[in-house]
Amino acid sequence: MAEKQASRGAEQAGISTRTMDIVVAVLIFALGAIVVFDSYRLGSKWGSDGPQSGYFPFYVGLLICISSLVTVVQALRTTSGEGGLFVAWGPLRLVLTVLIPAAVYVLGVQYVGLYIASAIYILIFMVVLGKYSWLRSIAVGVLVNVGFFLMFEVWFKVPLFKGDLDPLRFLGY
Amino acid sequence: MVELSALFHGFAVVLTPFNLLLMMIGIVLGVIIGVLPGLGGANGIAILLPLTFTMPPTSAIIMLSCIYWGALFGGAITSILFNIPGEPWSVATTFDGYPMAQQGHAGEALTAAFTSSFVGAFVAVVMITFLAPLVAQFALQFGPPEFFSVYLLTFCSFIGMGKGSPFKTLAAMMLGFALAAVGMDMVTGQLRLIFGFTDLMRGFDFLIAVIGLFGIGEILLSMEEGLSFTGKSAKINPKIVLETWKKLPRYWLTSLRSCLIGCWMGITPGGATPASFMSYGVAKRMSRDGEKFGTGQIEGVIAPETAAHAAGTSALLPMLTLGIPGSPTAAVLLGGLLIWGLQPGPLLFVEQKDFVWGLIASMYLGNLAGLVIVLTCVPLFAAILRVPFSITAPVIVVICAIGAYTVHNAMLDIWFMLLFGVVGYVFKKLDYPLAPLVLALVLGDRAEDSFRQSMLISQGEVSVFFSNWLVGGITALSLVMLFWPLLSKLLARVRST
Repeated sequence: MAEKQASRGAEQAGISTRTMDIVVAVLIFALGAIVVFDSYRLGSKWGSDGPQSGYFPFYVGLLICISSLVTVVQALRTTSGEGGLFVAWGPLRLVLTVLIPAAVYVLGVQYVGLYIASAIYILIFMVVLGKYSWLRSIAVGVLVNVGFFLMFEVWFKVPLFKGDLDPLRFLGY
Repeated sequence: MVELSALFHGFAVVLTPFNLLLMMIGIVLGVIIGVLPGLGGANGIAILLPLTFTMPPTSAIIMLSCIYWGALFGGAITSILFNIPGEPWSVATTFDGYPMAQQGHAGEALTAAFTSSFVGAFVAVVMITFLAPLVAQFALQFGPPEFFSVYLLTFCSFIGMGKGSPFKTLAAMMLGFALAAVGMDMVTGQLRLIFGFTDLMRGFDFLIAVIGLFGIGEILLSMEEGLSFTGKSAKINPKIVLETWKKLPRYWLTSLRSCLIGCWMGITPGGATPASFMSYGVAKRMSRDGEKFGTGQIEGVIAPETAAHAAGTSALLPMLTLGIPGSPTAAVLLGGLLIWGLQPGPLLFVEQKDFVWGLIASMYLGNLAGLVIVLTCVPLFAAILRVPFSITAPVIVVICAIGAYTVHNAMLDIWFMLLFGVVGYVFKKLDYPLAPLVLALVLGDRAEDSFRQSMLISQGEVSVFFSNWLVGGITALSLVMLFWPLLSKLLARVRST
């Protein structure tokens, strides 16, 4: 039995659910502690005019801490093989190939604005992950964003973020 | 029959060319949203909400609720043709729907699914029509303690009725409350939990959370599975539709049962997803062909679809009458009401008659229009799903970013969206439920207000929640719900000895 599990572990290595459970619960506990701390600072008791600002969040934070503590204890009591994998390395790489470009994209939005960053993001995604030709990718990326531009700026009159550098200034929108 | 005349007045409100056009647009957008992975009822509506800020509230809610109906219909298409549930509530539809499609009965399965969806929604709307005014009337007597006890009941039911670990449900829910508390405290004007970051003063908008948790999180999940869509083609023509319709009345009992399950699960915050599973399970147990379920039984499509739609629709009843949404999507609609300057709750039925009855009338028309549109346009919608994921994925990320930005015209929100996306991905994989988090984020301020007011009334005595039979009853029921996992174990032990 142990041998079988070991061999399966070898072909499907990754982060175990147990580890992830503990890490996430500890993070949640930390958040809860921050909430408790700040509520205490604001006053979590009964003021002269009723409950103080921290009254309600204090207990919210306390419950976060207690519930995540229980989750940690529960996870620690299971044996490491029990919960299975949270994610294997292969799929994790796929997830990161979406997540990291998405983060770079948001950074791009910050500087060159939604339209240009989106066009570049779509075309690079298509070329690299979809193995499309450059021509087709550029066409899709640009057309989609021209569509968005018409829809938001022209028809609905909802201006979108043009970026700190604002390269589309010349369009007058 | 005051309700009927009010309803006819509602139809008069809805039947303008502009509103009918919005209804059609809403349904089509909704089906597309339901078909695409990463976009669903909740985040689809969240993204489109900012576009409706300038519309009259009645027109806006008609469009947004039609998107919701469309998304409910759309989930069935992907489940049956592609074996990929486009929405969580259509997972149960794949059990028998996909085998039917494999055997070449895709048209039949789709017709059955759409028709039962319509039946479920119709029954739920009729129930809303007659029950909602009564509930609203009743709720007019509610004071702060009563409202808080109803909130308590909502949140306790999540913990007691949830499938996973109750502590994870509690943690997710309390995180929602904590996020809701960030920013300015409306009563004292103090800044809470912002640690000097002035950008946090606005607080966390639940729309951003919804777009990130459900949108980006879903994309990451789909990516992990390495989606490649290989679907069955659907031939659906009037002949198949009519033939299927001839068969359906045979299953009236299954439909009725599923409607009841759906309505019940929708009003109590169970939601469409558990309703569809429960209904499938019950149908399997009660049906004569129970053991054949899972091999392509039409009954196995009818049961979950009817229940999911009934639940999805009746989730609007507590949202309208009490201001407590029964599902994340209803929560987003509730957020819309607040943004358009309407106060959800019992007074809505007194002060905003046009709005309420217009919405209810649009539910009848929207579902009928939805049925016609999905029956006629299935191949078109299926074609959307054949667009490769490497094109749709970045476009959906872009749409989510635009949606997140337009809520407050704030660049920082796009970063938060990304963060919530990662949280959504991790939480989903670790079985932290997202619905209580979203509901707590939406209701956090209101729950806190009613709690504070109750405490002020009683000068800090918690006994105010047991001060009369009504509030005491609801509070007691909440406690039963909260400790239900323990109680049911105890009961089982008592019975076995």
